Amino acid sequence: MLRYLIRRFMIMIPTLFFTSAIIFTVINLSPTDYFSNYVAELQAQGEKADMSRVEFLKREYGFDKPPVERYFLWVGGLLHGDYGYSFEYQLPVKDVVGDRLYLTILVSFSTILFTWLIAFPIGIYSATHQYSWADYGLTTLGLLGLAIPHFLLALLFMYFANVWFGLSIGGLMDPQYLNASMSWGKVRSVLAHVWIPVLIIGTAGTGAMIRTVRANLLEELQKQYVTTARAKGLHPFRILIKYPLRLAMNFFISDIGSILPSVVSGAELVAIVLSLQTTGPLLIHALQTQDMYLAGSFLMFLATLTIVGVLISDIALAFLDPRIRLQGGAR
Amino acid sequence: MSETPDILRVNQLRISFQLQRGALDVVRGVSFRVPLGKTVALVGESGSGKTVISQAIMGLLPKAGSISGGQILFDDPLKVDGGEPVDIARLPRDGREIRHLRGGRIGMIFQEPMSSLSPVHTIGNQIEEALRLHRPIKAGEGRSITEAMLEMVGFKNPHRAYRQYAFELSGGLRQRAMLAMALICHPALLIADEPTTALDVTIQAQVLNLMRSLQSDLGMSILLITHDLGVVANMADEVVVIYHGEIMEAGSANDIFRHPQHPYLKALLAALPHFDMKPGERLTALRDTSGDLAPVMTSRRQTLAEQTSTAQPSTPILAVNNLRKTYPGKRSGILGKRAERVVAVSDVSFEIKRGECLGLVGESGSGKTSIGKLIMRAIKADSGSVVFNNGSGPVDVLALHGPAGRRFRTAIQMIFQDPVSSLSPRMTVLNIIREPLEIHNQGSPSEQTARVADLMSAVGLDRRFLNRYPHSFSGGQRQRIGIARALALDPELIICDEPVSALDVSVQAQVLNLLKDLQRELGLTYLFISHNLAVVDYIAQRIAVLANGRIVEIAPRGVLFRSPAHSYTQALLKAVPFPDLDHPLDFTSVALRGASNPKNWAPQFQDEGDPASLTPIDLGQGHIVLARATIDRKELVA
Repeated sequence: MLRYLIRRFMIMIPTLFFTSAIIFTVINLSPTDYFSNYVAELQAQGEKADMSRVEFLKREYGFDKPPVERYFLWVGGLLHGDYGYSFEYQLPVKDVVGDRLYLTILVSFSTILFTWLIAFPIGIYSATHQYSWADYGLTTLGLLGLAIPHFLLALLFMYFANVWFGLSIGGLMDPQYLNASMSWGKVRSVLAHVWIPVLIIGTAGTGAMIRTVRANLLEELQKQYVTTARAKGLHPFRILIKYPLRLAMNFFISDIGSILPSVVSGAELVAIVLSLQTTGPLLIHALQTQDMYLAGSFLMFLATLTIVGVLISDIALAFLDPRIRLQGGAR
Repeated sequence: MSETPDILRVNQLRISFQLQRGALDVVRGVSFRVPLGKTVALVGESGSGKTVISQAIMGLLPKAGSISGGQILFDDPLKVDGGEPVDIARLPRDGREIRHLRGGRIGMIFQEPMSSLSPVHTIGNQIEEALRLHRPIKAGEGRSITEAMLEMVGFKNPHRAYRQYAFELSGGLRQRAMLAMALICHPALLIADEPTTALDVTIQAQVLNLMRSLQSDLGMSILLITHDLGVVANMADEVVVIYHGEIMEAGSANDIFRHPQHPYLKALLAALPHFDMKPGERLTALRDTSGDLAPVMTSRRQTLAEQTSTAQPSTPILAVNNLRKTYPGKRSGILGKRAERVVAVSDVSFEIKRGECLGLVGESGSGKTSIGKLIMRAIKADSGSVVFNNGSGPVDVLALHGPAGRRFRTAIQMIFQDPVSSLSPRMTVLNIIREPLEIHNQGSPSEQTARVADLMSAVGLDRRFLNRYPHSFSGGQRQRIGIARALALDPELIICDEPVSALDVSVQAQVLNLLKDLQRELGLTYLFISHNLAVVDYIAQRIAVLANGRIVEIAPRGVLFRSPAHSYTQALLKAVPFPDLDHPLDFTSVALRGASNPKNWAPQFQDEGDPASLTPIDLGQGHIVLARATIDRKELVA
């Protein structure tokens, strides 16, 4: 087990290295960069660009050096927590992301919790009452949730909230708290706003989760060990909890790896539609303006989270499933 | 026989299944009884309804099934007030009363000991759970009672076994764990649904022996569900023969085996291969379907004629020399070193003559399937050689590559064990059988289709079935399709890897007869791999016995069965249950510890840590046994 863990950690290093190289290359493949865009835009507006400032920034961030050297400067910075400088916002990347990260994490975790709380009971009920009317109804409902795009749902919510109740449901807090420091009023305002994006983003996730829970549980329910447990005289509900549900959890745990990055990137489109102060819109804007340190460091952060997420789910699987712990994975 | 009270009485039981096209009666008015402390065997083919009856007694019918009539009266001998027997047929599904009986008063074990246990819970956990459900147990007591039960079913280290998982145990130990789980509450009745079908014959004998001794210790009754008449003859006091949901014949084991009345039972007994068959005697299949070989024969005759002109009859068609295959070992413990490589096949040599059938017998894990795969080059050998000679000169199979290797593929074909998974469910029968012809570009598409149709008639299937998919065929028919596919390329040698072990007795007889006919008419050579000695005895001319990757004995079939020399062969033969009351299994002499463990062999067969100290010793008549070179030949014959 220990050897397995050490090996898994060792593998992470080259993986992260390659990812960073790919991210850097892709961003630098573009024939233009942030500065040429900036200058071109100013010139298009008939203004004179402050070329000395541009030259200074270029020198400061090593744009006169060859790409390979710049890459190592960037990676070296990442290693000791320097994520670079956002040209667009004229702030260090850390400060640009700052608050938004916490809000994103709040929205995403609430969404995940919402999804699990709704999807698990429904999925279990559907699987244990297969082909009943309730099963058909609930699965159809889940399918609908899965089929309707997030952003469309968000638009519908906004439209009807406005038409029927005269409410504006955008944002994550009342405008007066936007740049205010933390206070009870701000927390209350956030809590009052957060449930709408959670509901909207969670719908599709719930639909998908219901389907996976149902399919996985149905497969386990047919297994022979369920009959064995019934032959022991165990109560059907206790059988369900102890045996098939436990084994159906494996898929769910291996899914954790993909949850972590989505926690941080957030649902970008919904965030734009509802003008949420999360990181999703920020990332898209950074990619559009070729704000390379902001985009690059952000992507790198997502990649790291994915790899860490996969590691966590692998370790959790090894702990929960003796077959992996004692036979295969620990080899 | 009225002196022993009946613990279970099934009266006019009817069970029907609700299917999309209407209700289907699976059990139609079945009545039988299980007397206290006795064993009753419920015998029938798959689909006869025997498993459904056992499910009904446990209240475990699938949701689609329901009891549409009759009674299942369970008369618990432990009942305090001596009241009326319980009618299980009336108890609500998964209600409190039936859950009290399940596991508490009626225990059950199943055919597949692997899938019957949860893979992620320790066996101790699962056994103790049954105990806690039915008996008030103090906190510390559960574990010690469970460990005592594990010891009772033959775990050598019950303390360690308590914390083991099912996948860490062998098939035999898993079934013992299942027995411990079913019996920990000392039920009055044990239902055993094909408890030994998935086990090797020596392990089967051990488990059967264990069931008998536990029965006398705990005084329970056993309802044994099986299709194996050999097991029945050794276990049952009374026998109930069931066919298509109706009872054909019932009576004491004595009556059933000595004076079978019903034609179905007689046919069932005749379909079973047994050791004292006369040479040339044929099994009588219940529903015989003979193939029409004529169209396939014409093409085959040409190839045969070409070969016989060049081939010397003395040269073997296949010679295997010192074949060896090892697999990387498992790492033990957390930081343990990788274990030594596991030797799957070690120094195996044998020859197969043209037109012969060589049987390869061994228990699971003995390396018999690896040998088949090595010859097919599905896996790579570590060392050794395989020489194939179809008359046009010897070919080193293991060194073939490129076009020569492709051509060689047509000469050896394979028939697999599982007729379900060895046929693609997404291909029609026509495509399945034609695929080898397409791969090797033999003939035009219309010629290929014609050949496939001929092959279908050769294996006794209707040509009109060609456009159907495998799922619309029964197990025996599917195996025929597999045989037709193996014949498509007109091979010289066919490797049959357990071709009948997944089939019912009656179907098994059909397929065995078909294989025999094909061999005789088409001049085929077989390597027949099986764990069933009676089957090998029926089809093979010579038999090689494999233990721990080495051939320990090889002899013509008559000689091997009359005078086996090696301890392992002797143990194997002793463990085969005969469907004959006059040949009961000698449970006391059955090697209760692993028969394949060399420690239990006579000293002249033990290598004492040096595999090279054993050499094949010729006893005459082609009878060769693996023993120490220093041993006198007379000692071996004795």
